[in-house]
Amino acid sequence: MTAPAVEFEKLVKRFGAGRPAIADLSATIPYGQVTGLVGPDGAGKTTLMRLAAGLMLPSSGRIAVCGFDTRTAAAAIHRVVGYMPQRFGLYEDLTVAENLDLYADLRDVVGPGRRRGFDQLLDFSGLAPFTGRLAGRLSGGMKQKLGLACALVGTPKLLLLDEPSVGVDPISRRELWRMIYQLVAQGIAVIWSTAYLDEAERCAAVLLLSEGRLLYAGAPADLTRTMAKRSYRVCGIGSERRRLLTDALRLPEVTDGVIEGSAVRLVLVEGAIPPAPAALGYPRARLESTAPRFEDAVVARLGGARKDESRLGAKRAVPRTSGPVVEAQDLTKRFGAFTAVDHIDFAIRQGEIFGLLGANGAGKSTTFKMLCGLLKPSAGSARVAGHDLYRQAAAARSRLGYMAQKFSLYGDLSVAQNLGFFAGAYGLGSGQRRAAIERMVGVFDLKPYLETNAGLLPLGYRQRLALACAVMHEPAVLFLDEPTSGIDPLTRREFWAHINAMVGRGVTVLVTTHFMDEAEYCDRIALIDAGNVIAQGSPDELKALAATQDQALPTLEEAFIALIVRQRARQQGHDRAAA
Amino acid sequence: MAPRLRRIAGLIAKESRQIARDPSALLIAGLLPLILLFLFGAGVSLDISQVRLGLVVERPTAETASFAAALADSPYFTVVTVPDARAVTGDLVAGQLQAVVVLAADFGNRAARGATAPIEVIVDGSDPNTASLIEAYLSGAWNNWLQQEGLMSADRAAPPVSVVPRYWFNPEANSRDFLVPGSIAIVMTLIGTLLTSLVVAREWERGTMEALLATPAGRFDFLIGKLVPYFLLGLLSLALSVGVSVLVFGVPFRGSVWWLGAVSSVFLLAALGLGLLISTVTGNQFVASQVALIAGFLPAFLLSGFIFEIGSMPLPIRVLTYILPARYLMPSLQTLFLAGDVPRLVLPDIGAMAAIAAVLIGLTALRTKRRLE
Repeated sequence: MTAPAVEFEKLVKRFGAGRPAIADLSATIPYGQVTGLVGPDGAGKTTLMRLAAGLMLPSSGRIAVCGFDTRTAAAAIHRVVGYMPQRFGLYEDLTVAENLDLYADLRDVVGPGRRRGFDQLLDFSGLAPFTGRLAGRLSGGMKQKLGLACALVGTPKLLLLDEPSVGVDPISRRELWRMIYQLVAQGIAVIWSTAYLDEAERCAAVLLLSEGRLLYAGAPADLTRTMAKRSYRVCGIGSERRRLLTDALRLPEVTDGVIEGSAVRLVLVEGAIPPAPAALGYPRARLESTAPRFEDAVVARLGGARKDESRLGAKRAVPRTSGPVVEAQDLTKRFGAFTAVDHIDFAIRQGEIFGLLGANGAGKSTTFKMLCGLLKPSAGSARVAGHDLYRQAAAARSRLGYMAQKFSLYGDLSVAQNLGFFAGAYGLGSGQRRAAIERMVGVFDLKPYLETNAGLLPLGYRQRLALACAVMHEPAVLFLDEPTSGIDPLTRREFWAHINAMVGRGVTVLVTTHFMDEAEYCDRIALIDAGNVIAQGSPDELKALAATQDQALPTLEEAFIALIVRQRARQQGHDRAAA
Repeated sequence: MAPRLRRIAGLIAKESRQIARDPSALLIAGLLPLILLFLFGAGVSLDISQVRLGLVVERPTAETASFAAALADSPYFTVVTVPDARAVTGDLVAGQLQAVVVLAADFGNRAARGATAPIEVIVDGSDPNTASLIEAYLSGAWNNWLQQEGLMSADRAAPPVSVVPRYWFNPEANSRDFLVPGSIAIVMTLIGTLLTSLVVAREWERGTMEALLATPAGRFDFLIGKLVPYFLLGLLSLALSVGVSVLVFGVPFRGSVWWLGAVSSVFLLAALGLGLLISTVTGNQFVASQVALIAGFLPAFLLSGFIFEIGSMPLPIRVLTYILPARYLMPSLQTLFLAGDVPRLVLPDIGAMAAIAAVLIGLTALRTKRRLE
């Protein structure tokens, strides 16, 4: 038996006073498999990665990487470790080939092996046709593949990937996993940190961290197994699933719950008897036992979902309107010769959650920006609450709240100052302003961070603040662009509790996401590819659309991939026929 | 190639490509020198010309006409002649005239008698520098006129000693020939300090530093990879500046290219060292550019002797100038352009700049992190 790839021994890492970022962690990472690093924000995942890469020194304890101590042999470690930081570490003003050249020079990859290695990496990442393109012009998925290719130059023995899949669509993610499995088969050790538990489930082993402590180390399936007979699906509840989820979470025997299309998935506390349908307030509901998932186990380990109801639901209801609240008609956007959005049509009713899904570069964000009035359509119209976003921009915008994909608050202003600024920007009077700020601070638990600069907040709080700033003027329509990208499962549940509460009082929500468990919360989804809506319907309808004889019950992610692949094959057929 | 050399070559290639694709780098290195040279070569001048002058002639005579003509013929003055001082005092207050010369009613009589015929001069003193220049020009014009007219009184007509000023190195006493070489020092400071102050900070801000730190590249590899491309860019910009100064503005260049190269190279190293140090310490592009302006550009402008004479600065400031590399470059450039190769003058400056460069680059190397903390 050879030595493990990484050995953490009684590792402690402190930054100043307060609780340590990593507390007394001992674990080993073997060669030839993917080890997942899982845990909520602030668990210490990135710190552990940096410690393993020799970019930080332990406060006490030791780390051996490929047999070298990080304290004394950092140079040796840098020769055998490939590291891909969260932001990929690419030079956006260099081309694909130039980025690879740089890393090859730095890692002393020379001679005929260099050309061969490049060919392999380019072939393997599918980047061969794009070697002359600037890295900054690549799509998110391609950037991530290039980041991985750069980390792989010189064939490292250990590959460290820090949240490689944030902001990447399911198709690109699936390709990334295929690449990683090939590497692992060659004997490389991979550490993959992620906030997404469906990904963690694909790892041979996981380290589950929370607040710097190791809660679990081992195969994900072993942890999932401890959850047997605790997961249930509540079906046959019509359109009441949001109400039912909120009510169910209040029951002492329920520890976690999420929406899955038209059903609600509940996880019970250990040893509890499943609640009667009547106790859920919906006597006609059916409870079906279902196989536990790794996510059920992790959320239970972390203490379950928050049980207090979102106070965003307590506000007065939005007045009912009959017609569509958000409407895209023949919406088209051309950039030069390229058509990013090609005659898209959809209408969103009041109190609906509508999801825009699609691969990176499919035209989601462009559609989204036209609907918020940030981009002028080349043709067609976008209307919010009956107001055209171009002819009556001010009237339309006053009705909507927008949470951007990128952090768009003032990083150098404190939380309180950001809230004050947005309250002023929405034109709230001084009395209203104070009340709105107070309410947001209460709803999102921002009190301890009021004087902290927004740029220094932990990711989860940053997103909370962004949502608070988007909803403080009580908009009737809410636009959320990848609102929970990179956020951990607990915070994600909390976010959806807020969104559900607002929808409960008549707010209409348009959301884009790359994560299918998030898409399950939507009433309807429009799947976009190459600027066209290729499928539209409820999550269950999309799954049914993608079902085949081999796969009668696809997951939403499988349906997403199948529908896009099918559409692209059909398109190629057309193109060939036309040629 | 040894691994280390290959790493350095890779980093230099990367940095050079980034410069080539960065429009702001090319603007600062290519266009800004031209703008500055144009400003100092054609726009700014420490000489004055076309002073707007009010001439009050209370009683016109042949003598006053002759003096008025002498003033009007001078390239330095634009003359408005009026009969009464009251007509022009308003214009002087409003700034439309810079000076007023009053020829009193008895001017002609007294001049004809060979007696002293005083003129009254009122100068707008709000800019004392200009005021004293105008005053000097006027008294020069007055003395010339007196000599021409042979009006010097008999006992002073043939002074035993006459003072004839002669300017060496800049015979026309043209301030452009002095400003243009100086502005090259400003250009080099901009490229050396302002441009490089951004580059390390940018690596931190864009997250590429973290990826670089995890490779075998060491801090010397990294620093040399940053220094070399910007050094070459600075020399290119220098060549451009010198070419434009000599060919377009006709500034004389009496020294040799080799001395110029030596002086500028040592200065560039100091300026680059300062830029990299600022960048490394701040780690933020915005703060770095602000610090670079205050620590690099402004002192090079104000405290190097470019515009203000160092000798006339208060002692503490004069002491401060000794740590500024531009203070040594400025006289060296002026020597090389106007006087020629004078190693005795240039060598001590090179030594001082080399010492400053060594300290700055050494500090940068010490402050360059090998880890994230």
